Amino acid sequence: MLEIIGTVEKVVGPVVHARGIMKAKMLDLVEVGENHLIGEIVKLEGDWAAIQVYEDTTGLAPGSDIYSAGMPLSVELGPGLLGTIYDGVQRPLEAIRDTSDQYIRKGIHVTALDREKRWEFKPVMKAGTVLEGGEVIGTVQETRLIECRILAPPGAKGKVDRVADAGPYGVDDVVMRYDDPSGAAVEVKLHHRWPVRQQRPVKGRLPLKIPLITGQRVIDTLFPVAKGGTVVLPGGFGTGKTMTQHALSKWSDADIIVYIGCGERGNEMTDVLISFPELIDPRTGRPIMERTILIANTSNMPVAAREASIYTGITIAEYYRDQGYHVAIMADSTSRWAEALRELSGRMEEMPADEGFPAYLPTRLAEFYERAGMVETLCGSEGSISIVGSVSPPGGDFSEPVTQHTKRFVRCFWALDRQLANARHYPAISWLDSYSEYVDEVSDWWEENSGGEWAEFRQRIMDLLQQEGKLMQVVKLVGPDVLPDTQRIILETCTMFKNAFLQQNSFDQIDMYCTPEKQLKMLRVILDFYILGLENIKKGANIHQIKRMSVTSEIMRMKFTIANDELEKIDEIRDRLHRSMQQVEDMFE
Amino acid sequence: MKKASIEGREYIGINQIDGPLIMVKGIHNVGYNELAEVVDPTGKVRLGMVLETSSGAAVIQVFEGTLGLSIPETRVRFRGEPLTFGVGAEILGRVFNGLGAPIDGGPPPRADAVMDVNGLPINPTAREYPRKFIQTGISAIDGMNTLVRGQKLPIFSGTGLPHNKIVAQITRQAKIVGEETSFAVVFAAMGIKHDVAQYFIRNFEESGVLEKVVLFLNLADDPSVERLVTPRTALTAAEFLSFTMNMHVLVILTDMTNYCESLREISTIREEIPSRKGYPGYLYSDLSIIYERAGMIKGIEGSITQMPILTMPNDDISHPVPDLSGYITEGQIVLERELDQRNIYPPIAGLPSLSRLMKDGIGEGMTRDDHAHVASQLFAAYSRVKDVRALAAVIGEEELTPLDKVYLEFGERFERDFLSQREYEDRSIAETLDIGWKVISMLPKEELHRITEEELNKYYGS
Repeated sequence: MLEIIGTVEKVVGPVVHARGIMKAKMLDLVEVGENHLIGEIVKLEGDWAAIQVYEDTTGLAPGSDIYSAGMPLSVELGPGLLGTIYDGVQRPLEAIRDTSDQYIRKGIHVTALDREKRWEFKPVMKAGTVLEGGEVIGTVQETRLIECRILAPPGAKGKVDRVADAGPYGVDDVVMRYDDPSGAAVEVKLHHRWPVRQQRPVKGRLPLKIPLITGQRVIDTLFPVAKGGTVVLPGGFGTGKTMTQHALSKWSDADIIVYIGCGERGNEMTDVLISFPELIDPRTGRPIMERTILIANTSNMPVAAREASIYTGITIAEYYRDQGYHVAIMADSTSRWAEALRELSGRMEEMPADEGFPAYLPTRLAEFYERAGMVETLCGSEGSISIVGSVSPPGGDFSEPVTQHTKRFVRCFWALDRQLANARHYPAISWLDSYSEYVDEVSDWWEENSGGEWAEFRQRIMDLLQQEGKLMQVVKLVGPDVLPDTQRIILETCTMFKNAFLQQNSFDQIDMYCTPEKQLKMLRVILDFYILGLENIKKGANIHQIKRMSVTSEIMRMKFTIANDELEKIDEIRDRLHRSMQQVEDMFE
Repeated sequence: MKKASIEGREYIGINQIDGPLIMVKGIHNVGYNELAEVVDPTGKVRLGMVLETSSGAAVIQVFEGTLGLSIPETRVRFRGEPLTFGVGAEILGRVFNGLGAPIDGGPPPRADAVMDVNGLPINPTAREYPRKFIQTGISAIDGMNTLVRGQKLPIFSGTGLPHNKIVAQITRQAKIVGEETSFAVVFAAMGIKHDVAQYFIRNFEESGVLEKVVLFLNLADDPSVERLVTPRTALTAAEFLSFTMNMHVLVILTDMTNYCESLREISTIREEIPSRKGYPGYLYSDLSIIYERAGMIKGIEGSITQMPILTMPNDDISHPVPDLSGYITEGQIVLERELDQRNIYPPIAGLPSLSRLMKDGIGEGMTRDDHAHVASQLFAAYSRVKDVRALAAVIGEEELTPLDKVYLEFGERFERDFLSQREYEDRSIAETLDIGWKVISMLPKEELHRITEEELNKYYGS
């Protein structure tokens, strides 16, 4: 039986005012009313408290009891997280469905990790070792892809007394016992809990230097993100935020993906649930669901749980990072999270800042994005968290508070463009508005892995795109015919680059994922087209002779026709391009 | 205090009346969102809902308005439960007000179950992903913005545009090719004019489906607060028909802009902190609770397909109502005034319209193998047309390159042959795609980057 710590005084939507609260701490978890709705104390003043409730408060009356759960809002961390779909406060949605019908009803309490399941535990730690928090006790093969390293909870200290033998254990079973400095025996289970609003400790931060390869050309080649980096992805509705996030979770080379569907559509989560188990990771050959954790707090689920979902997601990500994995978080969409903050703040009658958002919005955003990074973990290995947060600006206007504040705390900006989306140019990431501050950091990696041309190629094509942007302003006024052919070749090259390279079809079996090698070869062909074409024009050829070459349509289609493992065919196209250019040149010798 | 002892207790006299809200003090502790019966001095009962509850006091929103209420003489009873609607097979063919009371002169229908109108969030793991193509017979929708069963696809319109005609045409023609199923239409009117409601009813009569329609009418002269529950009552009916009676239900909600205005009205009276244009900060959450009550459930035959209509104030798609709707719904059909002025029906804007669920509902075995690429090519080419037109407006058509002139002509043909059709013209998907190919074939093959070689060989120029 839980202890009663106060009574409800007033109910305003998801916010409950309480009286008689003496023993509670800030951010303590409580249960409210006879349905035991889950809530969190967010304000304390004398014996008065404000509680945000994670479930629908319909029917809740003043005078109802409030029970203490005796801990802050926390998540269960242990094997069994992968492949599971949770709501914003880590309730497993599939298990809820087993106890109920198609609806999520109130007051359901289901543990996050399956208590029945047995895991084959292999001890690593030896009895007698001097224990530090975060060290590996043993391992469990969580999915065929991922080995879950069972960690001593951060902060644990002492001398290991006993480590469990290899064998099947449940998450509640004790796998290690140690004596803390005071001499008391402490038991460590296969899982432990961690408060979501508290960052998990690490040994130190490491510089970012490895790109997160996403297989999406516009990202990897033009606006790369480093492992441990942060990205904001703003775009109006229909510009492809969710599609981009899905593509990243499918193809990026992170070990673990945490996908947070925060206040978004129910069907989108269903789409993930159906398609991910069928999709095979190109690097490991296993279904990508085996490395994915879904947090789904759809728009119609309680708004307070939406606020918590972001923290639930990042805490789970930190758990895997601490085991030495590279984790990528997709937060879709952080605007809905900010709106949840705004709604709760409004219900508590706080003084608003920009557009009704609370004044602490930037602080909260900064806290969230700062939990990303490349770190040395407590167990001495390297792990990272990269965050890609989408933003849904009202009216597609990037000057609104959430986009603006987020830009201050991230280093990569992928601006989704309405015009491109309307022309069904996907991914609709604008090459003129977007930027990445990670270009220099990841150059070395590309140099080692691709022969040192990436940074140079990238700069050249970016220059051409910039020039094209200026030329298009002229074209819009007077038409392309008045431009000299030396400039029209820029327009042609950029059109080719946009169609043949930047546009990527995420439903095409070949085009959906593009290796860095293929990207670089494709880019080289397109740049050759420009360089040789320009030379020919200078020698007297005209733009139409160059456009007419039959090899151009091969270049246009190479993204669909050439698979990632037959890249020599791109070299053949390049040879044909050189020959065709030579033929044009021969006419003017 | 136990629930039983307070049931039926009536409080005489209230403390405050402000617009549609009343405040009562000195009462027992009532539950949030619960139903209240407000008895006016003449003895007539109005329904209300608890918006805020604190020890011994409550703020109630009165659905039928507060006209004629007085401080000392008004009496209040609390039901101890949220607003419910009695559902059963007999609701088909009936007309209700926004609260679910019959207004067609008939007796209340027999209720098989009494359901809370607020609904519950559907567990995403219980959802079936919608992928069954609905043929509406309208090329602009079937070809380029395909509707699938269980989708929520709104129509973003403006005042004076023919959204009602289009929706009526869809209800007449919509079908799943090669399938006979039981279907129903739930029609919820929020603040629309009397003659618009009549137009729909006449249309349902003409196509002989009136006994399959459930109407919820809150017309322009009905109390505006009632609008806040109208879509909820209607969706409760839809949930019963689809998930209990296994019917395929098309829900039409018109006009969502009026709904949002009522929400703003209440919010302003309650002195809540506004976000954009005075709308409350929770408009998104509130709308999503309505729109998300659509879809399909694993293991259940029926489905709810939603088609909300909303008029964009001043044709502005970035206005909060269309903007927030677009973030929740699975695409949008946008009507364009310029097309309408050029007498093109249906005036469905080519570029801003979108169906998010299209990708999984089309292709071989569902529509036709070439569908996805044709649609993508039409979008790309039409987007080029827009650029060329903008250029032509500056430099004149004569100065355009030969290719741009071809695009200009393509644009004309696309609008005249593909987009336009008659109000009673029901095109099959094959016809739609064939017309698509006819207009695409005006462009040289080298321009068609989004179509595969094989498709070009098979269909180009046919």
